Amino acid sequence: MSNIPSELKYATSHEWVRNEGDGIVTVGITEHAQDLLGDMVFVELPEVGETVSAGDDVAVAESVKAASDIYAPVSGEIIEVNEELEDAPELVNSDPFGDGWMFKIKLEDVSELDSLLDAEGYEASIDED
Amino acid sequence: MSNKTVLHAKHLESGAKMVDFHGWEMPINYGSQIEEHHAVRKAAGMFDVSHMTIVDVQGKDAKAFLRRLVTNDVAKLTVAGKALYTGMLNENAGVIDDLIIYFFDDNNYRLVVNSATREKDLAWMNKQAENFEVTITERPEFGMIAIQGPQAKEKVAQLLTTEQQAAVAGMKPFFGVQVGDLFIATTGYTGEEGYEVIVPETLAADFWQKLLDVGVKPCGLGARDTLRLEAGMNLYGLDMDESVSPLAANMAWTITWEPEDRQFIGREVLAQQKAAGDQPKLVGLVLTEKGVLRSHQKVVTPEGDGEITSGTFSPTLEHSIALARVPRSVKVGDTVEVEMRKKLVKVQVTKPCFVRNGKKVF
Repeated sequence: MSNIPSELKYATSHEWVRNEGDGIVTVGITEHAQDLLGDMVFVELPEVGETVSAGDDVAVAESVKAASDIYAPVSGEIIEVNEELEDAPELVNSDPFGDGWMFKIKLEDVSELDSLLDAEGYEASIDED
Repeated sequence: MSNKTVLHAKHLESGAKMVDFHGWEMPINYGSQIEEHHAVRKAAGMFDVSHMTIVDVQGKDAKAFLRRLVTNDVAKLTVAGKALYTGMLNENAGVIDDLIIYFFDDNNYRLVVNSATREKDLAWMNKQAENFEVTITERPEFGMIAIQGPQAKEKVAQLLTTEQQAAVAGMKPFFGVQVGDLFIATTGYTGEEGYEVIVPETLAADFWQKLLDVGVKPCGLGARDTLRLEAGMNLYGLDMDESVSPLAANMAWTITWEPEDRQFIGREVLAQQKAAGDQPKLVGLVLTEKGVLRSHQKVVTPEGDGEITSGTFSPTLEHSIALARVPRSVKVGDTVEVEMRKKLVKVQVTKPCFVRNGKKVF
């Protein structure tokens, strides 16, 4: 089945969150999500400096099959986006947990991370789908 | 209840991702739909199309029956093996299905219809056949494989007997021939050269494996859709259905009006529509900026609104393309707008054909 790294946190809407320390997290979509969407053709990313709340649709992953909203899993400020995806959206398919990352958020409230799912919880949420 | 084709196990062996397609468990891709698409445009790819329905129509009234049943005229078929693309209409000139008819002789035809419409097609044909001396026989004991791409023919030739090679050598587009175990036709749904091969079920898996062994790449329904859309070919259920006239689906060329006394089903309503000139039409749309046009998005034009019937990202052109039904007064070359994700985006109107034999054609 799908690879779900245990060191990451997850949202039920299929984003993963990596805690980089200093209140900064990296966000992308899971291997399971990219597999559902198929070949990625465009990724529309948020603006750096934008303030987002958990649950906001902040990006769009457009595959051959469908356009899918990407939600901010936590609240804070967008401090960096993965500009590589502009020319190479397929990185989301080939390396969803690595080079296919989408944006970084400076957290407003670090404790928000605790409300996200761990790998086991995410796996259970996929199985319910 | 899910049907499986005779090649189901072969798909799983090749790592296919399977999906439900109108009751059939079919491969959507074997990893990357875009790579499969390019394989067909640049080399050779193959599709399992065994789910499609083969129907043989035979008997002394076969010709008369088909001249009544469909819009194109099978009387134009005089050379054995020649094929014809046509629509089959209801009395209101709505498209029940689109199909290919192969001619063997005046008493002997083979039809290939869509799997999604199989039951209603067969019911309709049987109902219409009541006053004709014909037999209508479904042939589910065959598999069907489409091998497409600039290298498709040479790859297939490696697997054929000398007799089969001789029979297909120089065969023109839209012909089919039965030689030995195989029915080999120069038809397809990709805009590339290639064959569609009807093969007895017992031989299908072996034939598929041999194609794999000579380097033909297996391709799923995902690539089949982007390829046919680039080629500007209609997909039943999206680009037309029973509520749509062939005049509004870029199928006017499949209607044979002469001779005037041929009373094919739907002719009367169709003639009225043609005289009124008020049917919408199917055009191509091109979006060169970011974003992907999708089915059912609204098209806004000064002449009135239209709707996208099929949209996708074109892997060959590297931007989005679509087929759309718009008011007849919209012209090729116009700029119109599409409502995409709450925004209006400008697109170019083109003829409904984007890529042929690997090249951009608009």
